[in-house]
Amino acid sequence: MSVETATDRDRFEAALEDLGVPVTAADPATFDRTLQSIVDGPVVGTPLPFDGVCLPDWVAHEPTPATLETAVTGVTAASFAVADYGSVVLPSTPEGAEQVSLFCDLHVPVLRASDIVPDMPRAIERLGPTLRDGASAIIATGPSATADMGALVTGAHGPKDVHVVVLETTACSNATERGVDNE
Amino acid sequence: MSKTERETKADHIRHLLETEGPAVEANTLGFNQGRYDSVAGLEDYEQLKDEARTIKEGAIERLPELIEAVTETVEENGGTVYLAEDAADANRYIRDVASETDAERLVKSKSMTSEELEVNAALERDGVDVVETDLGEWVLQVAEEAPSHIVAPAIHKSREEIARLFNTQFDPAEPLETPEELTMFARERLGEQIADADIGMTGANFITADSGSLMLVTSEGNARKTAVVPDTHIAVAGVEKIVPTVEDLAPFIELIGRSGTGQDITAYVSLLTPPVDSPIVDPDDPESAFADRDDDREFHLVLIDNGRMAMREDDQLRETLYCIRCSACANTCANFQSVGGHAFGGETYTGGIATGWEAGVHGYDSAAEFNDLCTGCSRCVEACPVKIDIPWINTVVRDRLNHRGEASRFDFLSDELVPDEAATGTIDLQKRLFGNYETLAKLGSATAPLSNWVGGLEPVRSLAERFVGIDSRRPLPAFQRETLVDWFDDRGPQVSAADANHQVILYPDTYTNYVDVDRGKAAVRVLEALSVHVQIPSVPGTGRAPLSQGMIDTADAKASRVYAALAEHIDAGRDVVVIEPSDLAMFRGEYEKLLPERSFERLRDRSYEVLEYVYGCLENGADPAALRTDGPPIAYHAHCQQRTLGLDRYTRAVFDDLGYDVLESDVECCGMAGSFGYKSQYYELSMDVGDRLAEQFSTPEARERVVVASGTSCGDQLEDLLTRGSSHPVAVLDPNSRLPR
Repeated sequence: MSVETATDRDRFEAALEDLGVPVTAADPATFDRTLQSIVDGPVVGTPLPFDGVCLPDWVAHEPTPATLETAVTGVTAASFAVADYGSVVLPSTPEGAEQVSLFCDLHVPVLRASDIVPDMPRAIERLGPTLRDGASAIIATGPSATADMGALVTGAHGPKDVHVVVLETTACSNATERGVDNE
Repeated sequence: MSKTERETKADHIRHLLETEGPAVEANTLGFNQGRYDSVAGLEDYEQLKDEARTIKEGAIERLPELIEAVTETVEENGGTVYLAEDAADANRYIRDVASETDAERLVKSKSMTSEELEVNAALERDGVDVVETDLGEWVLQVAEEAPSHIVAPAIHKSREEIARLFNTQFDPAEPLETPEELTMFARERLGEQIADADIGMTGANFITADSGSLMLVTSEGNARKTAVVPDTHIAVAGVEKIVPTVEDLAPFIELIGRSGTGQDITAYVSLLTPPVDSPIVDPDDPESAFADRDDDREFHLVLIDNGRMAMREDDQLRETLYCIRCSACANTCANFQSVGGHAFGGETYTGGIATGWEAGVHGYDSAAEFNDLCTGCSRCVEACPVKIDIPWINTVVRDRLNHRGEASRFDFLSDELVPDEAATGTIDLQKRLFGNYETLAKLGSATAPLSNWVGGLEPVRSLAERFVGIDSRRPLPAFQRETLVDWFDDRGPQVSAADANHQVILYPDTYTNYVDVDRGKAAVRVLEALSVHVQIPSVPGTGRAPLSQGMIDTADAKASRVYAALAEHIDAGRDVVVIEPSDLAMFRGEYEKLLPERSFERLRDRSYEVLEYVYGCLENGADPAALRTDGPPIAYHAHCQQRTLGLDRYTRAVFDDLGYDVLESDVECCGMAGSFGYKSQYYELSMDVGDRLAEQFSTPEARERVVVASGTSCGDQLEDLLTRGSSHPVAVLDPNSRLPR
């Protein structure tokens, strides 16, 4: 890991702070506990494709229209993040990641620390081949919002709150030592 | 336009100023300031705009090929593409899809293209329940109103009005009041409608030919739900939305939110490659896991021509197709800020660029409704993320409107008034009169003071209002018997060419030459104080006045004559110094369209705004002590076109360097805009726009200051608004300045 990665991470977290989006760091050992401290109400989630990490038992793993309807929190994986904007890139999956990230009041995207790219051109570079393979993705930045009713209100059609979890899965990172927890 | 038509127009504008104006103003000013703040954070803003422009130019150039490519890609992905010739063709296809899928309800996310098609009405006639899911659009659907803004369709409605509307229409158990309550009510209600929908319809901000992806820029999340919940997705998009590759999207993602509502990025930028992998949310099968479904999604991409391919062939309208519909041109427009899209818009589109869209897709009648509201202030030019010359499109459409229609019954009168305009029988008399201001000024000056005395007579003003629509509430400028050119001929230069550091031609613009001769004299004294040899030859008007009325041929002829009069001086190494910013803007901007490239460049490169020139002299070692440096505290308003050219900074720098205490306005335009504020149908709008400037100059900090403006119209407008005089910056710096300390 280079110094540059740490900088991207700093910038990502600073951008999230500007958006009012909390971010919490976790590693495979602390993931369950960390997630528990963040979520609210019934929790629904889609598979996390990260080594050594999977959804805890208390998360409804196989979302259905019914569980989606009652869930308060949705947990999904983010493919990567864009430091400049505090954006997370959410893949559309047959398991319903798009819906889980959208329908619940709180969305918790889970992101690998090594998957933070510095800027939008880098993000689009990464998305090009994926989209050409037929995939879809959402660049999501902060909660859903509208100003159509006379003032800014979050939770227009999507989540009212977003809380990002950054997974530190590599041992040799500067970022791990810094023990980032901006909550 | 007849007197009755002018009165009807004025009534309509007055009504909007009173009803929708306050909400529109608050919202557009917020978006506009947001844009300034947001783009300031982009290091490579100009470069991104250039990239965006290049991508759009290339895509429109290659459009037929890209349509084929995207069709192939989408069909390979498993979708269907339909290229619709016009709105009726598109609607027929969409109705067929609805009927084949037995659709009872179609939910929509916001799409201006679907407004252009009027697809809602077409589907509703077939019994399909169409529901808008964007909260602003839904408010309008409930209220049965049209959007007033292309991005934020309901900006003309206040929270109170929306609450009243919902409480009356839906009679909720507890009356709704706060924005939060209104939003949650709408979310819940629309959520149910989406769950039961058979078809989801979206637009597309961009379509990529290489992957067949749609890019949707939203904040609410309704477009995401609309696209993935039902099993059938229809996307409607103009053919101009196609770009070659996914990578081409990068600059637009960074620019579109910033340019429009002033957000660095909107909450969601969806990049959907339909048919998407996401499962259908089937309310009839609530217990099956999404992962176990085997959905067979249907996707239809309806590409709309509806005049676009013809626009592509039109050298003047083609640029319109580069528009990414961000709304920056509307938000930055002073007139739009006052009245919104219900006055400044046609059948579908609103704001500055709407003239191009309406002319192209709905025809010239629709564009004619609001084309006059573009005053050519040019503030939208730098705001546009794809650098479209929006004022030029408005001018061209105005010119085309001028050259059709019936001959006016006042031809005989106007022909006498405007002898150089014999071949313009179809042009509206009001436009012809203001377009020929130079002729009028020449006559007025030659017959002054009689002309001023006659012009001030009540019966004359009343006739002028009745027949030409010159508002009698506006004082008319008084013509001077001795023109600037005559004065200078008698006086001669006081710094000889041999003693001078520089030689300049001071351009005698129409207003300075015939009306405000004093500011011309002040400019001469300022330049000579800096050891500049000045000459003032007789040079015709730049053509700004006819151009602003859409009389391009007249302006073109004037450009040739101006160039002929100045070319020899330029070749002799003399600089051209211009007092009136709107005339300098002709030399630096519009002349590119009116003169051969080389002529344009020679004049452009040697012409300067007067304070820009003063700044240059001081930077090159001229003695500032030769200018007046102990003048009064100043309230300064730069001219709109001067700001677009980036020249306001020189006036500011000179005042700063000379130790002046300056407070500067930050409104986009004073509202007078040449002749605009004199026209009776627009007088009240002009004053409403001006009020924003007047307010800034009436604060305790500003009200004792001397009002200084660079533009003629700005000065006139400020005098009307504030009932105190105004001066040009050269009048402040003039060594003989009579302004108080």
